[in-house]
Amino acid sequence: MINMFEVNETNEMIEKENLDVRTITMGISLLDCIDSDINKVCDNIYKKITGKAKNLVKVGEEISREYGIPIVNKRISVTPISLIGAASCESIDDYVKIAKTLDKAAKEVGVNLLGGFSALVSKGMTPKEELLIRSIPKALAETERVCSSVNVGSTKTGINMDAVRLMGEIIKETAELTKDNDCAGCMKLVVFCNAPDDNPFMAGAFHGVTEADCVINVGVSGPGVVKTALEKVRGKNFEELCETIKKTAFKVTRVGQLVAREASKALDVPFGIVDLSLAPTPAIGDSVADILCEIGLEYAGAPGTTAALALLNDQVKKGGVMASSYVGGLSGAFIPVSEDQGMINAVTAGALTLEKLEAMTCVCSVGLDMIAIPGDTKATSISGIIADEMAIGMVNQKTTAVRLIPALGKDVGDVVEFGGLFGYAPVMPVNKFSCDDFINRKGRIPAPIHSFKN
Amino acid sequence: MNKTIITVVGKDTVGIIAKTCTFLAEHNINILDISQTIVQGYFNMMMIVDMNNASEKFGEIAEKLEKLGEEIGVIIKCQQEDIFNSMHRI
Repeated sequence: MINMFEVNETNEMIEKENLDVRTITMGISLLDCIDSDINKVCDNIYKKITGKAKNLVKVGEEISREYGIPIVNKRISVTPISLIGAASCESIDDYVKIAKTLDKAAKEVGVNLLGGFSALVSKGMTPKEELLIRSIPKALAETERVCSSVNVGSTKTGINMDAVRLMGEIIKETAELTKDNDCAGCMKLVVFCNAPDDNPFMAGAFHGVTEADCVINVGVSGPGVVKTALEKVRGKNFEELCETIKKTAFKVTRVGQLVAREASKALDVPFGIVDLSLAPTPAIGDSVADILCEIGLEYAGAPGTTAALALLNDQVKKGGVMASSYVGGLSGAFIPVSEDQGMINAVTAGALTLEKLEAMTCVCSVGLDMIAIPGDTKATSISGIIADEMAIGMVNQKTTAVRLIPALGKDVGDVVEFGGLFGYAPVMPVNKFSCDDFINRKGRIPAPIHSFKN
Repeated sequence: MNKTIITVVGKDTVGIIAKTCTFLAEHNINILDISQTIVQGYFNMMMIVDMNNASEKFGEIAEKLEKLGEEIGVIIKCQQEDIFNSMHRI
């Protein structure tokens, strides 16, 4: 039988160490909403989402109350809209119309974000996919809760450099259209390599075409829990360090598995995956950078950071995998800058640069995330940063992503405020040398060789 | 049978157990196990209870217990046992 020590341990994790379930995300296929009439498509989409997800928020709150565990976000991901709109959208405004429908549906069911205004163009773009990408700035500027992502490369196909070039311009344009709102549109736009079909985390979530009609995916979190556990093994050897992370990740993930199972039962929707992630928030004590410091670094970004992060990421996966029957999504440590107070401190102290962050993305989940760059950064330079990050994903057979915020009218040293879960970010310097001639080449980078691993 | 764990934590005072147990009896909740300690003046109690025949829904009971805790000056939490089983048992 459960004893008092165990009960207290769990409740301390929840009350003092910010243990929570970060998101319950319902993936909904919109493939059956396709029609050649744009109004019909929008009507179908609205009906399907509000039908499937009508109880999502209520069930999330009930589970939260029954188990005494906060479930921070309830969200929805949908089939990439480039596919759903291809038969009916003839202009940018048609795609924006779908985005507005998604926004309205999200508000109706009470979810705070909805992902899937997306295109998967890792090898080539159809004219309609290109049209969707060109509609992203307007769609994000005119909606509140819609998130967008574009997959521009994969290990199997190589990198679509035409899409990479286009995305540099789209990110700038999105910043421009939302400049009165601290360029907030860019927070809802992610560029991926090897994007997973079942990611529950925003802004990059979409419901892949390989998925069932409707599934429940859950993202767990708990950097604070890992940090507190590691405080007890200061100065101990790597074996003890790693065992501690593994055991903690196991416990955290078991809670995610329980919530996923209960949500799936209550909503009568199949359980998809649990995403084993250490997802930080700006709250004090909820930071991945603080874990790196606890492992032994003065600041995230100091020499040794990449090794410490590699260790952390690997142990989180090893501990989490056994705790859940199905693991998927992004699974690993996230290192967003603005959403992690420890990262912000590291940048402010001058310990952490864009280049070091890039190295860190080689060994952990996702990539260059929530980084504010000077507003006058050229579109080609943004594309260059994207290309670098995509190359890391492509060669290392992992998911990588870029979410940059060109802070218009601001320069290195200034601070951009995003508010809420998104936090704030100091503007980071970008290498000023040009990559124009590289980015302006047409075509794609071929898929890498899969042998001679050196 | 779904079991529920009730935890009561706070500064020790007269009648914490009495008030909590009276509430549970009034709502037809059966107590299966109680463990309790006092460390440096702090009261710490865990109860395992059966709420299957309770007179009200789980959410309402949890809310009322929380309020009762505020009146006594302690924190009372009410959670399904599964969260602890999931985390601490393979």
